[in-house]
Amino acid sequence: MRRATLILVPYLWLLALFLVPFLIVLKISLSDTALAIPPYTPTLDFSTGWQGFKDFWAELDLENFEFLTTDDLYWKAYLSSLKIAIIATLFTLLVGYPIAYGMANAPDHWRPTLMMLVILPFWTSFLIRVYSWMGILSNEGYLNQFLLGTGLISEPLTILNTNTAVYIGIVYTYLPFMILPIYSALERLDASLLEAAEDLGCSRLTAFWLVTVPLSKNGIIAGCFLVFIPTLGEFVIPSLLGGSKTLMIGKVLWEEFFNNRDWPVASAVAVILLLILIIPIILFQRNEQKQREIDG
Amino acid sequence: MGQTVFEPWNDPDAKPLIQFKNVTKRFGDFVAIDNQSFDIYEQEFFALLGPSGCGKTTMMRMLAGFETPTEGTILLGGQDIAPIPPNKRAVNMMFQSYALFPHLSIWENIAFGLKRDSMPKDQIDARVAEMLKLTRLEQFAKRKPHQCSGGQRQRVALARSLAKAPKLLLLDEPLGALDAKLRQDTQFELMDIQEKTGTTFVIVTHDQEEAMTVASRVAVMDHGKIIQADTPARIYEMPSSVYVADFIGDVTIISGTATPSGDGYDIAFAEGQPDLRAKSDIQLSKGQSCHLAIRPEKVSITAEKPSDAANALQGKILDIAYLGNLSTYHVELSTGQVVKSQTANTRRLSRRSFTWEDEVWLSWTDTAGVLLKE
Amino acid sequence: MRRLTWFNTTALTLGFAFLYLPMLILIVYSFNSSKLVTVWAGFSTKWYGELLQNEAFLNAAWVTLKVAVISSTFATVLGTMGALVLVRAGRFAGRTLFSGMIYAPLVMPEVITGLSLLLLFIGIGLDRGVFTIVLAHTTFSMCYVSVVVSSRLVSFDRSLEEAALDLGCSPMEAFRLVTLPIIAPAVISGWLLAFTLSLDDLVIASFTAGPSATTLPMKIWSSVRLGVSPEINALSTLMIGIVAIGVITASLITKRATLRQQAEERAAVKA
Repeated sequence: MRRATLILVPYLWLLALFLVPFLIVLKISLSDTALAIPPYTPTLDFSTGWQGFKDFWAELDLENFEFLTTDDLYWKAYLSSLKIAIIATLFTLLVGYPIAYGMANAPDHWRPTLMMLVILPFWTSFLIRVYSWMGILSNEGYLNQFLLGTGLISEPLTILNTNTAVYIGIVYTYLPFMILPIYSALERLDASLLEAAEDLGCSRLTAFWLVTVPLSKNGIIAGCFLVFIPTLGEFVIPSLLGGSKTLMIGKVLWEEFFNNRDWPVASAVAVILLLILIIPIILFQRNEQKQREIDG
Repeated sequence: MGQTVFEPWNDPDAKPLIQFKNVTKRFGDFVAIDNQSFDIYEQEFFALLGPSGCGKTTMMRMLAGFETPTEGTILLGGQDIAPIPPNKRAVNMMFQSYALFPHLSIWENIAFGLKRDSMPKDQIDARVAEMLKLTRLEQFAKRKPHQCSGGQRQRVALARSLAKAPKLLLLDEPLGALDAKLRQDTQFELMDIQEKTGTTFVIVTHDQEEAMTVASRVAVMDHGKIIQADTPARIYEMPSSVYVADFIGDVTIISGTATPSGDGYDIAFAEGQPDLRAKSDIQLSKGQSCHLAIRPEKVSITAEKPSDAANALQGKILDIAYLGNLSTYHVELSTGQVVKSQTANTRRLSRRSFTWEDEVWLSWTDTAGVLLKE
Repeated sequence: MRRLTWFNTTALTLGFAFLYLPMLILIVYSFNSSKLVTVWAGFSTKWYGELLQNEAFLNAAWVTLKVAVISSTFATVLGTMGALVLVRAGRFAGRTLFSGMIYAPLVMPEVITGLSLLLLFIGIGLDRGVFTIVLAHTTFSMCYVSVVVSSRLVSFDRSLEEAALDLGCSPMEAFRLVTLPIIAPAVISGWLLAFTLSLDDLVIASFTAGPSATTLPMKIWSSVRLGVSPEINALSTLMIGIVAIGVITASLITKRATLRQQAEERAAVKA
């Protein structure tokens, strides 16, 4: 009896507030736009009974999805999101790996502090962290002031409101997600493996490629997914740091919903985004599973 | 015997493979190796034996190239190896943790060093096959290290370090991770492989039995110094110091003052006890303090006082350690000194002749003990 | 054997400079007296003063705090239950769906979570406001709590609970007297995580808030869209300061508590 209560309370909660809303999104994505409140048809009318349900069912169609394929704004936005997410993930890896490597090779008594310093930004407001770059990257910003001051450039660089700013923002905010899994993989690396590789004829650099990198592979994969997955649906960063030309699907969805009030199309955009996300999510789960098997 | 005796260290013409010349290694203020000079010859199985922290691992890591001497030089085949980085040395090491690459198969682990030398593919295949055969791992070539038992992993580590046919193989506590029974079998296997390949082995261990079993010479180390380096038999029977006598095997140490007499000495060690008699080559002046080290198996235990023994002492049995094949008696003299005596249990289930609190006589010949200076 | 080579030192220095310099600049310029945020015109705390006069910000902060406290408390209760179900309840019909629903919100884009909840609230005719934000925040943060608590439960030695039952506790008492105190650090860090997630959330709150309630991130959002402002710098500094102090204290406390409890648990099991 108690066990049933224990299961049912969180179960029903999640059904009602996670699964059902998602089914509603799915349903609305198959509906038509209407100038009404709510701004879509059909609505399920239980008063007409079974016939009402059949009518409702018959009116659902894939029209919105067809619309997404005809208007090139959408598929361009998907492609551009993918592109930005992939490039940003690679940049984050390039920045994060050396930091994780440095942490793993730091003296033992430093490491808890370094860990703390990596995690701390994660607890501070995401919005503020993105915002902090606006002042740095703008035309009159601190970076341009610094570069002009040192005489490296004579004209201010335009960085804010470009894709470059978006990349910087993503690398900055998601860096801890990249560092932590790689660090935990590197920290477990047995130093004698590197000595063995050197003993067998490797230089430091080949030992790094042949031993350190393959043995931190799972950490790298986990870190990349942890950055890639949330980046794909990112809204705040492209809106604040990106320009009008920065196309990201999270931003399109927001605008479709709030500015155009086109709920069915917004829902269809969301459904497709989820379908795209399922692949990396499954791959990520597999990688985690594999890691657990090796550890276990 | 004659020609088959392998004793290059007694041959003045033999060229040593490795020479340590006044080598000192310091880590900050800590002196790990204190001004040591010694030679290791080709095809030797040389053991560095000592408690943890005695400097034996530092010695080995300097040979491998992971540490450089603070002072002095190490020569390999007459050449100073200090400027040669570990990856360029004709020296390979078998790590204590084995350090097998977990992401590579057994085959790839063994081939790892060969590939670094950009050896042709078919030669690598042949060499790895040879190594797999030598270590009886043929069926396991495709497995990953974590799919192997401890004994198999140990053999993979050995095969990997031998694959490049190094002039010198270093073994860091190679059997430490194995259980007692497997360790014994592996010791003989290790000797066998050393003989087959003719490689010079240097083994680091804290297990004296292991060192005595496998090595042609054992170097007993303490506090960064080699106290004695000699064959296992000489280390055991002719220790050069109290430390070595005590570190290797079981021993009773009796301290006293010597008086020269005939070809030996009389040693007075306690009031009311007869002087002990020992033959020795060492030079002691009258009244100089000394130590007599006696192995328990050289001390006889009897109920009656033996008439013809050079040394005979009376005491009371304090403890009996029954080890199956042997029994060790701890006998306390009236002065409180405890002397150990060991007898073989040659008869099964025979009634023990002695038990606790029995008054017994201990006796040994004048050559049984080793006389040592302070 | 670990050493800091020049490479590691450089990587760490540049890495942490990158992580902390932007926030440092923000903090420094919050004390700038000029309205032009990129030009330093002398030290002043006037923006803090103006911030504290700003009714809209204060109201939004109050709403955010209310939402965060309530939603993280609900999320902790529900999330701990969820963790117990995941680790302890064994097999039951729909278990796969359940664990899917626990893990999915962690990777779900916020825009989708927000959109779907909004459509639900409209569908059932719920008036949007503080209540709907609380519902939304509770739902996604309970999943984080579940993950944190279940990872602690997995490493929990069940023989302790069995011992309690053996000594005459009812299952409920065993949970209350043995399990709960031991997993408490994880539950607390779950609550803290839920609390910060709620404080931090812009997207889901924007979808589910409706016109009657505005949270602090929403207020900041509408202000920063227009560009950098000294008032926001001051607000950011306050928030960073509070979080830094909070996190450092909390991590010290939980670290000590976890260490102590693990040692106690180990000793109890071994003895």
